[in-house]
Amino acid sequence: MDIGAQEHVATRGTIGILGAGRVGTAIARLAIAAGYQVKIATSKPAADNALIIEIVTPGAEAVNAHEAAEADIVVVAVPLHKYKSVGAETLAGKTVIDAMNYWSVTDGDIADFEVDERTSSEVVAAHLAESKLVKSFNHIGYHEMEPDALPFSTADRRALAVAGDHQGAKDQVAAFIDALGFDVVDAGALAAGKNYEPGTDVFNGRFSAEELYAKLHGNLISA
Amino acid sequence: MEIGAYSFGDSQLNADGSLRSTTEAIQNLFAAIKHADDVGLDYFGVGEHHTTTMPASSPGAMIAAAAAATTQIKLGSAASIIGTDDPVRIFQQFATADAISGGGRVEITAGRGSSVETFPLFGHSLEEYDDLYAQKLELLMTINDSETENVTWSGTVRPSLDDLAVVPRPASGKLPIWLATGGNASSSARAGQLGLPVSYGIIGGAPHRFAPLTELYRRSGAAAGHKPEALKVSVGALGFVAPTKAEALERFYPGWHNLNVEMGRLRGWPAPDKRAYLAQADAPGAYYVGSPDEVAERIAHLHGYLGHMRHFLQMDIGGIPQEQLLESITLLATEVKPRVERLLAQK
Repeated sequence: MDIGAQEHVATRGTIGILGAGRVGTAIARLAIAAGYQVKIATSKPAADNALIIEIVTPGAEAVNAHEAAEADIVVVAVPLHKYKSVGAETLAGKTVIDAMNYWSVTDGDIADFEVDERTSSEVVAAHLAESKLVKSFNHIGYHEMEPDALPFSTADRRALAVAGDHQGAKDQVAAFIDALGFDVVDAGALAAGKNYEPGTDVFNGRFSAEELYAKLHGNLISA
Repeated sequence: MEIGAYSFGDSQLNADGSLRSTTEAIQNLFAAIKHADDVGLDYFGVGEHHTTTMPASSPGAMIAAAAAATTQIKLGSAASIIGTDDPVRIFQQFATADAISGGGRVEITAGRGSSVETFPLFGHSLEEYDDLYAQKLELLMTINDSETENVTWSGTVRPSLDDLAVVPRPASGKLPIWLATGGNASSSARAGQLGLPVSYGIIGGAPHRFAPLTELYRRSGAAAGHKPEALKVSVGALGFVAPTKAEALERFYPGWHNLNVEMGRLRGWPAPDKRAYLAQADAPGAYYVGSPDEVAERIAHLHGYLGHMRHFLQMDIGGIPQEQLLESITLLATEVKPRVERLLAQK
């Protein structure tokens, strides 16, 4: 037993990840490297995922969904059309990161997201009504996450946006993102997440905190 | 190591940038496959795409024609989008092509497809995406594994088969069926559990990062009791070969640019950035663009991570001139392949 690592875990806390796809596993590897305890669940029983987790995200634990929901922060990274399979009750009161996107060109039209002009995260938030939802990680490619992660105060460190209606949850997520290797820019309320959804400059680009702040701020003024 | 090519068809462009006919694109593809066979390429994969710029929508028809016009090259789909097609029909078409080929040269690669254009085209619901794929893959395997012509299968996404004949049978009893994946971990585990060879489509990022997936694939296969020799890995990637790297970069760039402009229009991406292109075309990026020496070294290097037995390139995108495609195919077969073999023999 590595006592030092245990202390590290104690200071960092636990991250639950719902979804073992490319996004979920990339975030998991970064979180493990940063010293978090990581628990990953899918719609399948934990045992079915054990080998995947052991090889693709060494150091993480394959668990059942309700167990992942007990973590300090829960990342939802499932295919968007399955968002209602995420148990709202188990996530009540939790800080939840929505890393998903609605991208009809590649995923097809999903009726729930075509009803009105709300962002995909607002639709997800309506389902996870008792959770404190923060939109982030959706505007960085899964294959960019590990190469682009850099230590705090590195010049030109890439920044990720956070949007949410609960300041405490946003602060918690900001600290998590920073620990993983990115600067953080507060984009505003959850609805402001529209400024980095698919089709926007932010979604398509790679920006430092200063640049990202300018992009989001500019977009907010013109909106 | 087998060296090959794959194509979704590539409509040529007029001088003013307008698109030439999809008929010509199919004729060019047919000519490219015949040429690949002549120069000794090991494998050619076809389709499936359904766009005016990439019109190779019907791998079965293309491969049947190519089977009659070639003598040694292996022919496969890259991939057949099985969720929105009928596995009975796919099997019949490929088994027919197999007979035409003389037997043993035709393969099926089953995939989900990277976009959803086949769902409205063939009238399927995206709600059933996973179910369609899982059940139709199971049906395709059931037909292929059948000891006789008559097949029995039941499911919900398609009418059941009660002891019905599915003919012809392949010359050697079965067709190789590969599973295509873009790198989702559960797909690698699934391919291993099913004991199917797996084909990775690597279109971005560093290909050696797929190493854990191949380990997952092989260990999943071993845990399910499949023999190591049944657990084969292939890699499909973008690439282009020319006498020098400078020429290869120059020839491939306009097509890459055009493709990304088109994708950008559809998906809301910005104008393509040449720096991104150049970064991907250098090791350890995803594009195998260079001289025969450089491309061979990169393939051999990746082999150290993935242990793959086939590496095949998509070279014709965005209206790349046909004569440049043919030259790249020639270099791949006559210059890259022997170099890869030499490099691997040295290990």
